[in-house]
Amino acid sequence: MRIWIEKQKHLIDFTLASLARRKAKNLGLLAIYTLLVFVLASVALYTHALRVEAQKVLAGSPEIVLQRLIAGRHDLIPPGYLEKIGRIRGVQKMEGRLWGYYYDSVVKANYTFMAPRDMKIERGEIVVGPALERSRGLAAGNGISFRAYTGELHTFIVADVLPETSELVSADLVLMNEEDFRAFFKIPEGYYNDIAMNVANPQEVRNVAIKLLTTLPDSRPILRDEVLRTYASIFDWREGLMLALLSAAILAFGIFAWEKAAGLSAEEKREIGILKAIGWETNDVIKMKFWEGLLISLTAFLVGYVAAYLHVFYFGASLFEPVLKGWAVLYPRFSLPPHIDGLQIATLFFFTVVPYTAAVLVPIWRAATTDPDTVMRS
Amino acid sequence: MAGLFMIELKGIRKAFNQGKHNEYWALDGIDLTIPAQQVTALKGPSGSGKTTLLTILGCLARPTEGRVRLKGEDISGLPERFLTEIRRKTFGFIFQQFNLVRGLSAIENIILPAYPEGQPRKDLLEKAEALLAGVNLGHRRDAKVEWLSGGEQQRVAICRALINDPAILIADEPTANLDTKLSKEFLGILEKLAGQGRTIILTSHDPLVVESSVVDRVVTLRDGRIVDQT
Ligand SMILES: Nc1ncnc2c1ncn2[C@@H]1O[C@H](COP(=O)(O)OP(=O)(O)OP(=O)(O)O)[C@@H](O)[C@H]1O
Ligand SMILES: [Mg+2]
Repeated sequence: MRIWIEKQKHLIDFTLASLARRKAKNLGLLAIYTLLVFVLASVALYTHALRVEAQKVLAGSPEIVLQRLIAGRHDLIPPGYLEKIGRIRGVQKMEGRLWGYYYDSVVKANYTFMAPRDMKIERGEIVVGPALERSRGLAAGNGISFRAYTGELHTFIVADVLPETSELVSADLVLMNEEDFRAFFKIPEGYYNDIAMNVANPQEVRNVAIKLLTTLPDSRPILRDEVLRTYASIFDWREGLMLALLSAAILAFGIFAWEKAAGLSAEEKREIGILKAIGWETNDVIKMKFWEGLLISLTAFLVGYVAAYLHVFYFGASLFEPVLKGWAVLYPRFSLPPHIDGLQIATLFFFTVVPYTAAVLVPIWRAATTDPDTVMRS
Repeated sequence: MAGLFMIELKGIRKAFNQGKHNEYWALDGIDLTIPAQQVTALKGPSGSGKTTLLTILGCLARPTEGRVRLKGEDISGLPERFLTEIRRKTFGFIFQQFNLVRGLSAIENIILPAYPEGQPRKDLLEKAEALLAGVNLGHRRDAKVEWLSGGEQQRVAICRALINDPAILIADEPTANLDTKLSKEFLGILEKLAGQGRTIILTSHDPLVVESSVVDRVVTLRDGRIVDQT
């Protein structure tokens, strides 16, 4: 055992010395390799964290949201609807919601305005999401004016800033008093944007939806499960798009690595011949090259993965935000809560470290099994 | 028996490209015994098979026909793995082109053959330093081998051949790349090694070597056969 350890130490020593000798080649290889792992890991970490985040958010949302349609378009819910729904069995809780979008031409971003039910906000005051805090430099006590669609200017005092728990949803929020909201968007009393419903028994959700349709034929119930599925497929689609682009990159890398690793230089072949002649076994040569491949690929994997982790969770995935996110303009410093998945790491590891190490070994095997007497005639 | 003959060859034939149109028999019936603790020189015209014979004596290659005995033991049929081990433990090689590994220092080159034995690096380095000092090269310990002169490279190669303390030393044309002065220095080292009781086999065209008093026996080859032994 001691001998075995000493031997591996010798082999690693020699490997490091070999790597140092071909510095330019190995550093170039390492750089490209690391970049590949970095991009792959970034995509994987990002989409995964986003998906987890979205599911978390949706999990807390109502089972059914009811919209009203006029000529196929979303319209306000008129008075009387809440009462009609109240008679449908299975609906545990419901509330009319008030929300709308607002385009802020100063920072060229969209905000979501909302009048919350479960939160008391004084007239003339607002509570803003962390994104606004950053982009408009707002803090509690500041005043801010928004120009309504009617053209008049409304001024509010920031009462509070929302915590950063779930930025995906809350980042661009502006919460205000119901009356302020109605005044700002000119929505008359009794009208709502949509109705959120809680259904106690998950088995009942479909039945409730059907009953809603018969009671209120101009309504459209949106089920949470459907939204979840839509989200999932959007994420999958985006991820797929990225991966399709990436597979081209991987292919290029594969060819590159194969050439670097598989094409043994005359110098390397000569060295292997020398080592064999002076008493290294085929095994020793292969182990040495195995260490070489492993050192390069492991370094690339670790550096690339850590860089991707920092990129996604500390620098807001700034490099491919445009491709992956895209549905909100605002999120100057969108930060996802760090999330790591063991299976994902294993998959990434398998598809980056293993092929390279194998690619290194194949040609070595051939070279290492040649006759040692060839060195006598070089 | 074992003390008398280090290596015995019986009916050795060696073909290159066997079975192909360019089949060539480089050795054609060699019977030879190499006595222990003596210096044997192989000479002969170019292409006569000296190097080929040396590869068979040094277990670098297997004969196409015939038997090889090392210290009385028949090793002709052994698989490559065992031959490698024999090579590492019993033989030290000094190649014509020295065959040092470029980019590594003198001392790192010297300890290479000892890696598979798994001795602690510290011991190896000490041993290598002693060997370097023995050939007056202690000051070049950390020099990259490509920066060394031909004579220095050869001395590094000699140290490398000695790191595993082999009983037999094999040298192919050791003075081919050296001038007269360096050749004489080499013969001096050879004498020291012979004095340590090592068995030495070398090939040479060089009269300086073949006629030197260090050489105990001269075997002359021609067209893959032994034509003279003195
Ligand atoms: N791998 C090989 N394939 C084919 N022929 C070979 C091979 N190696 C050697 N030979 C041939 O075998 C013959 C003997 O070669 P060898 O190298 O043993 O001669 P040598 O006596 O060492 O010559 P020199 O004095 O030039 O070194 C030569 O004709 C050579 O061309
Ligand atoms: Mg020769």
